[in-house]
Amino acid sequence: MIKLMRYFIVLSVVVTLAGCNLGPLKKRGGKSADTTTEIQDEKNKYTDKEDSTAKFSSGESMDVSSLNDPNSPLSQRVLYFDLDSSQIKDEDREVVTVHAEFLAAHSDITIVLEGHADERGSREYNIALGEKRAKTVKQLMTLQGVAENQIQVISFGEERPVALGHDASAWNLNRRVEILYTGY
Amino acid sequence: MLRKSILILFSWLLVNSLAHAILTIEITSGSEGAQPIAIVPFQWVGKGTRPASLKNIIAADLQRSGQFSPLPNKDLISQPHQGTEVKYKTWRALNVGYLVVGKIQVMADDSYQIQFQLLDVFKGRQLAGYSIRSLNSGLRRTAHHISDIIYKTITGEEGAFNTHISYITVTKDKQNKKRYQLAIADADGYNEKIIYSSSQPLMSPSWSPDGTRLAYVSFLNGRPEIYVQNIFSAKKEKLVSFKGLNNAPRWSPDGKHLALTLSKDGNPEIYIMNINSRKLTRITRSYAIDTEPEWLPGGKGLIFTSDRGGSPQLYEVKLNRNKPIGRAQRLTFEGNYNSRASVSNDGRYIAMVHRTQGKFRIAVLERETKHFNVLTNGNLDESPSFAPNGRMIIYATEEKFRGILSVVSVDGRARQRLSFKQGDVREPVWSPYKINK
Repeated sequence: MIKLMRYFIVLSVVVTLAGCNLGPLKKRGGKSADTTTEIQDEKNKYTDKEDSTAKFSSGESMDVSSLNDPNSPLSQRVLYFDLDSSQIKDEDREVVTVHAEFLAAHSDITIVLEGHADERGSREYNIALGEKRAKTVKQLMTLQGVAENQIQVISFGEERPVALGHDASAWNLNRRVEILYTGY
Repeated sequence: MLRKSILILFSWLLVNSLAHAILTIEITSGSEGAQPIAIVPFQWVGKGTRPASLKNIIAADLQRSGQFSPLPNKDLISQPHQGTEVKYKTWRALNVGYLVVGKIQVMADDSYQIQFQLLDVFKGRQLAGYSIRSLNSGLRRTAHHISDIIYKTITGEEGAFNTHISYITVTKDKQNKKRYQLAIADADGYNEKIIYSSSQPLMSPSWSPDGTRLAYVSFLNGRPEIYVQNIFSAKKEKLVSFKGLNNAPRWSPDGKHLALTLSKDGNPEIYIMNINSRKLTRITRSYAIDTEPEWLPGGKGLIFTSDRGGSPQLYEVKLNRNKPIGRAQRLTFEGNYNSRASVSNDGRYIAMVHRTQGKFRIAVLERETKHFNVLTNGNLDESPSFAPNGRMIIYATEEKFRGILSVVSVDGRARQRLSFKQGDVREPVWSPYKINK
């Protein structure tokens, strides 16, 4: 009887461990702290034709005229951030990727990544936070083949809000990185 | 806490043509345990219009310190103008410890002779008596000087009323475009002078210890760079312009260095720059944000904001001849947001921006006892700056979504609002004691 109990305990431990292993697989596309896996995931999305969640075609195939096309995914040029955070939101990774692919394919085109913060907290810290946000975007782009010298980073902190209100909805719009194409 | 709301309007006082701002001083919070003092309106001896009310200026100064509670005019039982006219017994009945009496006399050259006496009511004798000559344009300055004399005679500490503040204002021009202005004013917000105006953002003014120059951040060239400007000649010079951030300048106590934030080597780090040689010494090395350096007295260390622990907190690094010694030590543990330190001249207190329940407030940490005290009750209070005597803190707050300035005593007992009629006012910094012209 005791032996049987032991088997049962061992068995249940194995089942629990298996359950743990399954966890991350089920959560595919959910929040993860591991950036490299996320990028891998995103790349898989574009190569996997059956994956219907990929909204955009590859930025690599787009020509310069796409920059002025409001229907092009390249027209999306603002990324928003959570409070105190410089993590790119999951839904914005595709936007960064399509810009990165486009820039990697057009090495003569340069951009400015302008980082901003909302009005809360100290101004100098917010300047640093704005820069950190812009540099996170830059890092994700350079990892995808964009050259360092194609990207300039500037932070305005809380000095240039786009929404002038003083509530959560204005703050949400002000915590942002703007992708500005030089000359376009 | 005893709460008072006394509104004193001084709008007729603005003689200076540069001062477009009409200032309202509102005492938003009275103070328990503050010493009652009676200041009798000064006697006006002469013809013509009566100039600024010295009494009102002095009363507002003393109230702002949190250590005095001036009696309202209606409670003054009589209005003597010199010591010999005072009936001490009647003032003792009011339980008022101190009495100030005086007069203003117009001289032949249109200047003023001001006499005043500070009297100890219980001892029935004079503690201080002065006669001061003043021009009309310097009358407010003279009133602050009198406040300093009263403050020092009673408390034994230096007053900081006859000092200045610098700050940034943002106004809209006729084309509805923003103008960013670097301003200087008396410590109570009067006599504003704009020393630099720009269409691009200005930030982070810092006084040189001799009070002749300001370092600040300007976005004139589309990105943050550090400038130094003489406040008298208005001559300015671009001092720091590396790739990335050139931010958060803070003048060293010896006047020869700036602590600052640069991101030229990747992420924001603290450096010390020798102003003459422009030589840089790197102070911090971390993958996190390190910014907002503030000097400890004698240049013995720097306090700065860092998110190396996951949220912005204050850290201290010790210095030997402007070189870092050992690892930076974390100083703040209350809540998950403490930033932008201002250290009192004696090094006893650190004021900071502290987040509590989503609101940003000014808090003070007493270094020795580790006692932590939240002093203000606004939603977006920021940019604390100690008065040179370490007894008051000026800070930026907002009211009806407009930036205004307030002063709070270091014990949090008294708060006084300095607000401006137009525009946003932000980032106040208190001057050193003397501005050496």
